[in-house]
Amino acid sequence: MQHNKYIYLAIMVFTIFLIRVLPLTLIRKEIKNKFIRSFLYYVPYITLAVMTFPAILEATQSPIAGLVALICGIIAACFGLGLLPVACISCAVVFILELFIIPM
Amino acid sequence: MNSNAFKAGLKDGVPIGLGYFAVSFSLGIIAKKAGLSAIQGFFASLFGLASAGEYVVFMLMIANASYLEVFIVTLITNARYLLMTTALSQKFDQKTGLGHRIGVGFGITDEVFGITVARPGKVQPAYNYGAMVSCAPAWALGTALGIIAGEILPLRVVSALSVSLYGMFVAIFIPPARKDKFMALMIVLCFATSYLFSYIPSLASISSGTRTIILTVALSSLAAIIKPVKDEEASDAA
Repeated sequence: MQHNKYIYLAIMVFTIFLIRVLPLTLIRKEIKNKFIRSFLYYVPYITLAVMTFPAILEATQSPIAGLVALICGIIAACFGLGLLPVACISCAVVFILELFIIPM
Repeated sequence: MNSNAFKAGLKDGVPIGLGYFAVSFSLGIIAKKAGLSAIQGFFASLFGLASAGEYVVFMLMIANASYLEVFIVTLITNARYLLMTTALSQKFDQKTGLGHRIGVGFGITDEVFGITVARPGKVQPAYNYGAMVSCAPAWALGTALGIIAGEILPLRVVSALSVSLYGMFVAIFIPPARKDKFMALMIVLCFATSYLFSYIPSLASISSGTRTIILTVALSSLAAIIKPVKDEEASDAA
């Protein structure tokens, strides 16, 4: 079955909107449940980690370049660099490595 | 409206907008693969205002996934906003009206959340609107340009730019892993299980979206059971 891209995008936009707005409009009290608080605390990091690896190996032309970019990104983040510098370093690593790995 | 707060927001939003521009450019390359025109990409990003959230939806569109899958994956990948806006709800003046709560909530990204909680005192909606004016158009414009220019760029450059979102994700999950050995262990476990799910023949047939849901729910529950967070940790998660 072929899906409609406007419906896809509408689902995305409304779901994200509700996630952002509902807690601010509905929750006026603090969440006390320890499990839910803990679960919500871990979700963002876990989900990003799951999405990063091994997908980064398939994003580049050469899986090795993707792997080295990931390692360099982790090292850069360990040194306290933010979103933009880490993203730039990862890109630069792939660009330079693929110059050698993949001949013109 | 507090015009000083608005100006402060405008100013703080500029560096965020510059960062968004670079990242959303590579998001545009994926949006293009999902069949979006520059205009469609512009509005999807302007109203979506999410990196990982939009990325997974574009990937699901490429895979011709079901609407239900898109809904569930969007819910999961953006679950962190639920925590952020829940935390922010505690920082709002009780008298703040529904309109401002919706307006501020709409523009809460990882970075805007960061600068909002970094400001002392109650949330000033005008500050958030200023920040949104600076960075939301950059996010949308970057996506549109990625869709237009993505195909003019040489394959090498596209290949290099395609890791920028992953680089950004790394910069989000590494800092807490550095502070907390348990979190570091969980990240390693994420990599290992995600790898196994992708390459073990019987598990590899599960779509990447469903894999993300299963692993996120399972591993986050596991982490919450083994090491429940202290109250301060949960409220300063950014």
